[in-house]
Amino acid sequence: MARNLKTIGRSSAAAWSSAALEHGAVPWLLAVALATAGPHFAHLPWWLSLLVGGTLLWRAWLWQRRRPLPPRWALALLVVGSIAAIAWQFRTLLGKDAGVALLVVFMALKPMEMSSRRDALVVVMLGYFLLLTHYLYSQSIPTGAWLLAAIGLLTGALIRLHGGPQPVAAVLRHAGLLLAQALPFMLILYLLFPRVSGPLWGLPQDAYSGLSGLSDEMSPGSISGLIVSGAIAFRSRFAGEAPEKADLYWRGPVFDEYDGQTWRARALPASATGQPPVVEGIGEPLAYSSILEAHNQRWLLALDVATLLPPESTLAPTLQALAREPLRVRARFSFASAIAYRANVNEAPAILQQALALPDEINPRTRALAREWAARPPEKIAEAALAMFRNEDFYYTLQPPLLGANAMDEFLFSTRRGFCEHYASAFVFLMRAAGVPARVVAGYQGGEVNPVDGYLVVRQSDAHAWAEIWLSGQGWVRFDPTAAVAPSRIEQGIVAALPQGEPLPILVRLDSDWLRQLRNRWEAANNSWNQWVLGYNPQRQREVLSRLGWRDPDWRSMSASLAVLCGIALLVVTLWTLPRRLAVDPVQRAWLKYCAELKRRGIARADWEGPLAFAQRVARERPDLAALTDEAAGYYAELRYARGDGRDHKLRCLQQCVRRLPPRRRKRS
Amino acid sequence: MRPLTRQSPLDEILAAANQVVLGKSRQTRLALCCLLARGHLLIEDLPGVGKTTLAHTLARLLGFQFSRVQFTSDMLPADILGVSVFDRERGDFRFLPGPVFAQVLLADEINRATPKTQSALLEAMEEGQVTTEGETRPLPQPFFVIATQNPSNQIGTFPLPESQLDRFLMRIELGYPDHGAERALLESGGRREQLPTLTSRLNAGDFAALQAQAGAVHASAAVLDYLQQLVGATRQDARLVHGLSPRAALSLLAAARAWAFTEGREMVLPEDVQAVLPSVARHRLRLLSGNHASAEDIAALIRAVPLP
Repeated sequence: MARNLKTIGRSSAAAWSSAALEHGAVPWLLAVALATAGPHFAHLPWWLSLLVGGTLLWRAWLWQRRRPLPPRWALALLVVGSIAAIAWQFRTLLGKDAGVALLVVFMALKPMEMSSRRDALVVVMLGYFLLLTHYLYSQSIPTGAWLLAAIGLLTGALIRLHGGPQPVAAVLRHAGLLLAQALPFMLILYLLFPRVSGPLWGLPQDAYSGLSGLSDEMSPGSISGLIVSGAIAFRSRFAGEAPEKADLYWRGPVFDEYDGQTWRARALPASATGQPPVVEGIGEPLAYSSILEAHNQRWLLALDVATLLPPESTLAPTLQALAREPLRVRARFSFASAIAYRANVNEAPAILQQALALPDEINPRTRALAREWAARPPEKIAEAALAMFRNEDFYYTLQPPLLGANAMDEFLFSTRRGFCEHYASAFVFLMRAAGVPARVVAGYQGGEVNPVDGYLVVRQSDAHAWAEIWLSGQGWVRFDPTAAVAPSRIEQGIVAALPQGEPLPILVRLDSDWLRQLRNRWEAANNSWNQWVLGYNPQRQREVLSRLGWRDPDWRSMSASLAVLCGIALLVVTLWTLPRRLAVDPVQRAWLKYCAELKRRGIARADWEGPLAFAQRVARERPDLAALTDEAAGYYAELRYARGDGRDHKLRCLQQCVRRLPPRRRKRS
Repeated sequence: MRPLTRQSPLDEILAAANQVVLGKSRQTRLALCCLLARGHLLIEDLPGVGKTTLAHTLARLLGFQFSRVQFTSDMLPADILGVSVFDRERGDFRFLPGPVFAQVLLADEINRATPKTQSALLEAMEEGQVTTEGETRPLPQPFFVIATQNPSNQIGTFPLPESQLDRFLMRIELGYPDHGAERALLESGGRREQLPTLTSRLNAGDFAALQAQAGAVHASAAVLDYLQQLVGATRQDARLVHGLSPRAALSLLAAARAWAFTEGREMVLPEDVQAVLPSVARHRLRLLSGNHASAEDIAALIRAVPLP
């Protein structure tokens, strides 16, 4: 007997993994494959999704019919074909998208050759790996929740693989319990593990192509295209009271070059770059911080005009706050801004020169109108233009007619329907033609306070363009021609300004109160998630630790306390579970459970009856249960009464006996 | 699954014994256990059910030097222990060893002898040596007494006192043979003639090795718990005059180990304790009514103590 046991112990690991995969465990692994590969369908090419889905369905069908798996050469053909197709589709096998596509194909094809437990383990490990790749695409709350559920499923698959047949609910409960036990360690690691600065998920370069936001040029339709998106551009929180909506001009790119169609932010002339911008705030500056979504540009969208900037950023000569690098990840910045200001009173001549430049020989009627006004002082010229927008029949609409070569002439004198970009560019054209230095400023206007967390939310639909003219003695002064046409755009927002029936995203145009409330709650939750989970950087970690009373932690003391706290947590868990372990011997529990199951099947063990005696009685009275009971009693007798040797294996065997009992017979009619 | 039990060298001996003593395999096994556990055996039953045959068979199969004493009421201790006689040629007293100087002493109808003779034998059983005329002589090793006795309610017997019954590890009863065994007996004639033809299945020293192995059978904490609970139950039972002594508990454990060993197992199970309990406990337990505990009493005791 002893020799027998030793051989079992030595070779059990190898024997376990090379043993055939149980038929009942296959659905778990197919579920794992679907749960980990499935969400990638959203961005995979359609044919690949079809291939993966079809393969998994095929495997499920083979499982259900208990058909043999396809031959090796067929699988090899399938693998080579898929790799070739991926290489053709992505023009590479490297990089994020092609790499993930390869992994997904492997995940779909591995179950096709899954015949041993080792293969099943490969599927599970591949599942864990594939799970992580989802973070390359999305780090939102639903993704996090889905991945957590998938981890539960993976754990369940492992439990099922090792534990033998058992009810699904029991497996999932077991998996949940295991994950719950990991929770304290997760929290300790989250809080204390030394953070690296930079994003949690370093993405390859091709990850940024899909970011939306203002671009560095403006042509008709570029802002109205942005406005139909309800996506959040950034969130701000003011230290004190938030200013009036009409004062919320968030400065983005400044356009000072016009070619008759498109406004561009020109590279500044060399003479201007030497001169730092001079801003003189009037009144108390407003302190606030913004959490900017990634937009792949350098501007930080500070409130006009920033007087105090976050570190590592500068105020450009054109008065917008600029980061050193394009913003590729969501980030948090603190500013102070003055709503009333005098900026660049002594502007560089080169910039003023540029602010008067116009393309030759277009828009003759507009130029003629401007020449009429040219004699007046600059303020009067601006007022005249605004009065024209206000008093004549100009309309504010997202669907303006298309304009031809003389765009300003057509807009000002015939179509008269336009959006902020039309009004701003027409206004600036008029000013420049009348000899007043002027430029177009793009950015966001307004925003909406989310009552749930108090953040002012600014969406892409708040994108706006306005004008600035330079007045001697006052510097650059903002004029918003859109306010003259549609005052409600500035005072109440885009929804109030646009007539019914204009296309606006449902998220922006929310009529029902509860939907709006639901959106607010969801966005506030997202904001917390962004700040506390995704944006939990070294700085944030220091803030949290100092709030917990730990000033100035360095990585050494953090690592040390990490180890100590994990040790304490382990100790607590051990002490908590140890007495119960001692009280209820798992061997005894398993045997009593087996006996209880037999009692349900009509044969009860007397409490004085020893295992072998009981097995003999079962053999006499219930031959159908004899073999299994003999086995269970043998394991129990060895576990309880023999010297310890290979106990874990025998205990598992005993526990499996319970599960292997045939289902109870229903009462015969 | 691997069988818990395996082939044992004792199986062959038991099989051979069962060829001679028909239909009594359980009692044969118990008797063998008793010897394996280094204990003396008391076989109690009516005359003529095969007590002597069983004892004789075991002794021959195990290859033991064997002597037999038929106890009578006029027997003296010297008749068992031996006497010193005067040797004329040497001019000195010479000790003539009695039948007790054997490896197996079959003491037939021990309860026919007077208490004085009984106690002389029992001293030898306990001490493993004999003291006569101021000189102590060791007995051969191993030394077993297999005593038979008639039920004590028969006329002309001196029942063994409690303390002396305790010297016997086991007391077994043979009972009448069942129908088939008796028919086989009738058809083939008496069994006594077969005895001289039996040959030993063991070499010298083998039995000592078997005893050592039997003594090394593993008794886990769980089974010791159970044994203690059983013994404790006898001490709390209001129908009994007294419970089992610690020596009885030791005997019970030794017997259970031997029983497990004859089953070819390397550990003691509660079943083993239950199997030997009647033989070990019945002659040690006396009811308030004055009788020894019956088999039913012991069965009830077993049922009253759940496995821990």
